[in-house]
Amino acid sequence: MIAEFGHFALILAFAVSLYQMTVPMIGAAKGWAGWMDSARPAAMTQFLLVGLSFAALTVAFVTSDFSLKLVYENSHTAKPMLYKVTGVWGNHEGSMLLWVLILALFGAAAAAWGGNLPPSLRARVLGVQASIAAAFYAFIIFTSNPFLRLANPPFDGRDLNPLLQDPGLAFHPPFLYLGYVGLSMTFSFALAALIEGRVDAAWARWVRPWTLAAWMFLTVGIALGSWWAYYELGWGGFWFWDPVENASFMPWLLAAALLHSAIVVEKREALKSWTILLAIMAFGFSMIGTFIVRSGVITSVHSFASDPARGVFILGILTVFVGGGLTLYAARAGAMTAKGVFAPVSREGALVLNNVLLAVAAFVVFIGTMWPLVAELLWDRKLSVGAPFFNKAFTPFMIVLAIVLPVGAILPWKRAVLARALAPLRGALLFAVAVMLLVFAVSTGRSAIAVVGAGLGAWLVAGAVAELIHRTGKSGLSRLLRLPRADWGKAIAHGGLGVTFIGIGLLTAWQVEDIRVAQVGEPFDLAGYQVTLTAVEEVEGPNYISTTGTLQVTRGGREVAVLYPEKRVYPVQAMPTTEAAIDNGIFRDIYLVIGDAQADGGWAIRSYIKPFANWIWLGSILMALGGLISLSDRRYRVAAGARRAAASAVPAE
Amino acid sequence: MKRLALILALLLALPLAALAVQPDEVLDDPVLEGRARQISQKLRCPVCQGENIDESNAAISRDLRLYVRERLVAGDDDTQVVDAVVDRFGEFVLFEPRARGGNLVLWLAGPAMALIALLIAWRFMRGRAAAAAPPAVTLSEAERSRLDEIMRGE
Repeated sequence: MIAEFGHFALILAFAVSLYQMTVPMIGAAKGWAGWMDSARPAAMTQFLLVGLSFAALTVAFVTSDFSLKLVYENSHTAKPMLYKVTGVWGNHEGSMLLWVLILALFGAAAAAWGGNLPPSLRARVLGVQASIAAAFYAFIIFTSNPFLRLANPPFDGRDLNPLLQDPGLAFHPPFLYLGYVGLSMTFSFALAALIEGRVDAAWARWVRPWTLAAWMFLTVGIALGSWWAYYELGWGGFWFWDPVENASFMPWLLAAALLHSAIVVEKREALKSWTILLAIMAFGFSMIGTFIVRSGVITSVHSFASDPARGVFILGILTVFVGGGLTLYAARAGAMTAKGVFAPVSREGALVLNNVLLAVAAFVVFIGTMWPLVAELLWDRKLSVGAPFFNKAFTPFMIVLAIVLPVGAILPWKRAVLARALAPLRGALLFAVAVMLLVFAVSTGRSAIAVVGAGLGAWLVAGAVAELIHRTGKSGLSRLLRLPRADWGKAIAHGGLGVTFIGIGLLTAWQVEDIRVAQVGEPFDLAGYQVTLTAVEEVEGPNYISTTGTLQVTRGGREVAVLYPEKRVYPVQAMPTTEAAIDNGIFRDIYLVIGDAQADGGWAIRSYIKPFANWIWLGSILMALGGLISLSDRRYRVAAGARRAAASAVPAE
Repeated sequence: MKRLALILALLLALPLAALAVQPDEVLDDPVLEGRARQISQKLRCPVCQGENIDESNAAISRDLRLYVRERLVAGDDDTQVVDAVVDRFGEFVLFEPRARGGNLVLWLAGPAMALIALLIAWRFMRGRAAAAAPPAVTLSEAERSRLDEIMRGE
């Protein structure tokens, strides 16, 4: 009964979205205020209805209602409650429902906080947003209905894929979807602006908070996924250049580019048509990501059980929206003329370079991801493109980006003298060189990755600090604290990027690995630590059987940690997983994995020292935090668009 | 076909349930072992979903790891080892496609795009530098009244 209720609510939401995509649009075209304003209650109603539908599915999972096919296929009575709830989106149908829930959430948020938008723009934004929602409701209702019943409900379910039975599932997909779907807002704003035929500083100011929010969520989502892979997959990799990872990385890169180009539109009224194009592309790539995960055209560890019909449907949605968006763009882009005048060496010029680097980097990821498909279509060749390619083809752009970033960030608007702009950065440069020399000294004979990564990271962090000092001038601490939050956000996000660079560089270059058969009670040496396997026990978990090792780690006779790596077997799915045990530290992680019992006694043990591993995610969190601080800037909080005229008269930087 | 590969991978992975490189595979000579690891990270497990043979649990990956080490011990250089594996399984197992023939497009696309983008950006910025400053922006009637409203409100 509750499931049917959920299904019905979803169909009603579909109907509301059909209303919302037409009536307000007509109203905006004809100038009828009532028709335009009806978009707001419609957006709220839509959110309420999808929320009810999602709640109904959650109830089915929580109460283990195996008469629902989806619950039967993805749940089990013995599964811990956390995974019963998160299992709602640990499958194709449920995750699509989460997707439209978030889509409706963003629509409702725009309706709630869009009070200061011009009514016609607001109506069109909500109209475009509803058309996206309608397409995805149709997709769910016609190809991926989560509320299908089974004629003969089985006694128990088939359980969730054990790899997904992890707290990571609670946070990784929701954040990722908040990011993906958040970009639909920028897409809606871009299309609405094209329909209105007007892009100006006010538009950029309205669209930037949404981009910033989407980018922040995407940053957190990707970082969580990377961290999850790090501890769950058993060898401590943090990035695999898997097609689905790439699918989330491309929108991230484009959203980062969009954030920066929207600043130029906002402050200098230039780069308008490029910004609109980026907004269309960023959401386009989000949908390409959905297509890749769900169609199965590209093999990936992340793929849901794929179905060609779904792939075709999503490809259709993708074509209509990206194709439609680009057609509209082609027709209207000419009308958007740049106003700001600036020299190539200026903040604007630096932001253009930022966009070139980020967009080309996204293009490299795109072509690498799609190349196997292209090669198969054109020459019938089956080939692979993986980490070694991306490491070589992608990294150079990031290196150039890191070199230029602190300089670009400090350049004045309009016209700059490079030598003068560089003066505040002398200390930062000195610091970065010192770090490079230090890293070089302690890692002689190793690859250049450590030196380059740590050097660039130090340059970014010190550059961000130098910029804050430069903005403070001579007036000291009180001025520093009164800097606009946008300045703080910028410095923290850029510094965070530097911290991530340091983590990636040092982890890649300095990792120590040891693979051996360990006998119980016999210590072995791991890069200065002594590791002893003291016991191995069979432990029964709620829905798995675990082989748990107890390993004592000491250094110079002092105990550092006792770790319990596990090897689990989930009988329902008959699938083994490894649960690495990690002793987290600021400068290193000790990462232990237990393998099989050996025929002649002892256990296979893999141990790693992972230097600076946590810096990768710490940096990502700092980037997201920078975004959050920037988002809380007064300029966005106070009647964003309404203050346009007053705000643009005062140079805020 | 793909589903078959998946089932195959699971079947092959299950009985062993082994983790990637096993202690008994490791070569005594650390230099050779280091080379073996380097090579294995560039080779794709033929039955898994995008894992390299160094990380994969499948039986065939173990066989391939052992084969790579065998060839190295026999004195092959890195390219010979990789060629031998590609001869058997095709270029599908190469995670880094060879920069030859059609694949040149893949390798050159990034740098070419960067050059084009820089060229366009440079022309745009030259244009911006030469452009005349626009006349001061005037507010529309609606904007002016809205502005008045706000100013009164504060």
